[in-house]
Amino acid sequence: MTVIKTKVDRRSFLKTSALAGGGLMIGFNWACSPSAEVKDPASAWFDINAYLTIADNGEVTIMSPNPEIGQNVKTSMPMLVAEELDVDWKDVIVKQAPLDNAFPRQVAGGSQSIRSSWKSMRMAGATARRLMIETAAKEWAVDVNSLTTKGGYVLNGNKKLSYGELASKAVGIEIPEEVTLKEPKDFTIIGKSQKNVDLDEIITGKPVFGIDYKQEGMQYAVVLRPPAFGAKLKSFDDTEARKVNGVTDVIQFGDKVAVLGNNTWAAMKGKKALVADWDMSGRLEDTPYHDSEMNKLLNKRAERPSRSDGDALKAMASADKVFEKTYEAPFLPHNTMEPMNFFADVTGDKVKLVGPIQTPAGTRGQIARLLEKSPDDITLEMTRMGGGFGRRLYGDFALEAAEISQKANKAVQVVFSREDDMTAGTYRPASKYKFRAAIKDGKLTGYHLSGAGIGRNNWVRPDWFPAGGIENYLIESSYVDSNITTGAWRAPITNFLAVAEQCFFDELAAEMGQDAVQLRLDILERAKNNPVGEIDYEPEKMIGVIKLAAEKGNWGKAESGVSKGFSAYYSHNTYVAEVADVIMKDGNPIVKNVTVAVDCGIVVNPDAAINQIQGGVVDGMGHALYGDFSFINGTPQASNFNNYRLIRTKEAPTVDVHFVESLNDPTGLGEPSLPPAGGALANAMAKATGNRLYKIPFVKDQMVFG
Amino acid sequence: MATYQLTINGKQQTVEADADTPMLWVLRDHLDLKGTKFGCGIAQCGACTIHMDGNAVRSCSIPVSAVSNAEITTIEGLSKKADHVLQKAWVEHDVPQCGYCQAGQIMNAAALLQRNSSPSMDEIETAMNGNLCRCGTYNKIKAAISSAASNL
Ligand code: FES
Ligand code: FES
Repeated sequence: MTVIKTKVDRRSFLKTSALAGGGLMIGFNWACSPSAEVKDPASAWFDINAYLTIADNGEVTIMSPNPEIGQNVKTSMPMLVAEELDVDWKDVIVKQAPLDNAFPRQVAGGSQSIRSSWKSMRMAGATARRLMIETAAKEWAVDVNSLTTKGGYVLNGNKKLSYGELASKAVGIEIPEEVTLKEPKDFTIIGKSQKNVDLDEIITGKPVFGIDYKQEGMQYAVVLRPPAFGAKLKSFDDTEARKVNGVTDVIQFGDKVAVLGNNTWAAMKGKKALVADWDMSGRLEDTPYHDSEMNKLLNKRAERPSRSDGDALKAMASADKVFEKTYEAPFLPHNTMEPMNFFADVTGDKVKLVGPIQTPAGTRGQIARLLEKSPDDITLEMTRMGGGFGRRLYGDFALEAAEISQKANKAVQVVFSREDDMTAGTYRPASKYKFRAAIKDGKLTGYHLSGAGIGRNNWVRPDWFPAGGIENYLIESSYVDSNITTGAWRAPITNFLAVAEQCFFDELAAEMGQDAVQLRLDILERAKNNPVGEIDYEPEKMIGVIKLAAEKGNWGKAESGVSKGFSAYYSHNTYVAEVADVIMKDGNPIVKNVTVAVDCGIVVNPDAAINQIQGGVVDGMGHALYGDFSFINGTPQASNFNNYRLIRTKEAPTVDVHFVESLNDPTGLGEPSLPPAGGALANAMAKATGNRLYKIPFVKDQMVFG
Repeated sequence: MATYQLTINGKQQTVEADADTPMLWVLRDHLDLKGTKFGCGIAQCGACTIHMDGNAVRSCSIPVSAVSNAEITTIEGLSKKADHVLQKAWVEHDVPQCGYCQAGQIMNAAALLQRNSSPSMDEIETAMNGNLCRCGTYNKIKAAISSAASNL
């Protein structure tokens, strides 16, 4: 039985109150995950930031100011609540509360995934159910233990009371000290595939995305930004721009110029007609410079190691052989299908902001400072996002909208063209990894990884695989300072670290004359049974997915014409192993299929989970094959899909997903299948073509693939 | 500026626009039909796919002046009750992730099924290769098109 406490000392995780308009409202915290064992819960858990309401008409609603309503969370949250509350999941709706003062503002940063809400949602559901039972017991003057619930009713023999009838009466009832959650074996909703709740709107073209937002009289703004990182605006001439039909204004702000129009096309044409003169005398970086700076760093010791066990350098010195390989990856734009956009109306007393953003509270704060207003005078409404991948963590486009609206004294929607979106990015930074392995008497005796990248110093995950499995182990990270804006990109850092690492283990296994899977398993056995130092992953789980993928992907079994590549990685608390099948057709490699084994704890919504995992694999492979983004004189060398290649349907493999059966709490799904994908692909391609690839993109334009 | 008479989703519409205005923006900004999406503006992604006399075209690259008497269908007009065989298949397979590319995918697939009611997987891939999905829902898109075809 999973019993969870609703109170610690006299403080309660939940608060009930009357719902305006009749009914019960239970406030709680998204990220609160108390269990019976928790003695000193985090004080933040007592901050209420979400509400479960049952209205007098029986409607059950989750109200949250949470921006991370992507990745199908809007569907999986109601599933958790419905499961514990005993209502049909379709009767629970998620409403996204606007970011205003009706709701307290403790919006946690980052992704509020199913992981952080797993217990809190169920606790709220179970508490509400318990309150319904207690209220019904009072009504009928019977013992609570004689009552059961089903489909939104409390049952007493053949008598029943609906939750709607009970809701208002439950307001004064005290919250029980603890509630019992269902056992996974009793789940009837969790673990069964449920459809995306927004499906109908999407397939009928309803205006649900930020770019679809429209307010009467609003102007569309398209912005001319410096052509290079490091360039500055000297002057501009807007004579021709102002002549374009539909152009209503031209506004300079900082080094940028916005053209406003009464339709998007007019604003785009107006922007093209601007003539600007740029000061290019500043620091303009380019890819050869980044490469040589990173290479320098890889060849010297970091100031201090990220981790050091034993003495890796000594192991290298006394090895029979030191095996060394370096892998490289470029910058990457996010390329969400919906280009960046944001609406701002700064003309009234209250500032109104609407758009797709993953960090509403932070963005509102920044805009408040920019406009010299109080955040209380700003409302921010989040729309559905046409992809994020990390790009919408940064509010640059929202700030632009606010500034233009203020300067023009008009309501505006800033719209990025694809070219704007690709060339004014917050890119995945370029990086390089140099691996060295000491081999003595046929054994792996030392491991040394140096990572270097652009913009920030965070290039390694020192306590993850293979940490704990190798006696002498040295991990280092260093970085090159840059004026190119960089940021999080789906599975930050590990999106390439994993590719490099998993390629290296493949090559190392071949060098040592071992099976690639067996080498990983041997290291993991050591990490599991007798770890060197502390580790931050569970070798047992990694072994589990490796074995499952090897079995389902027919690893080690010859299939005529098929070359197999293996890869495994742990990230976002989820374990993933992949086997890629590559075949040659007319001299060109094609990935036919990828077998994926995943340990993400309990799978809440299997179809949606499979969709995320397939998407991650396709994304990881696509960017490993084609992702190519470089700079010359600070200027991005790709700007639209004619010169930046994204994976298309012909090139995408089928992805066959297998879950490890688990009763553990659910973990992340949006990202973990991506990091291992590129490695599985490269390892299979090396076998298929005899050619090992060290540099992303694996496929240059002239090469045919698929 | 000129005045254009257009037939969109079976309805007569009058639009004042510059001759070079792409249909994409006429639909989205002039007529408030926001279902047709902007992805690239240069006929590379398929997000803006509509039907012109039954053929799938990229509305970002068709100026309003080139449309004249053609019958235009957008995602909003594909069916009355979201019950086109593809829309039903999209629900059955729960295809979308972010959802942004999906209107274009459905419109392109609908034109494919119109001319070929039992496409092979190869034919599906060839027809759909112009439609990008950044979320990588290609597996589900193909499965949904196959099952829609089998339900025709
Ligand atoms: S927006 Fe028309 S094809 Fe991309
Ligand atoms: S579902 Fe997001 S781009 Fe296709």
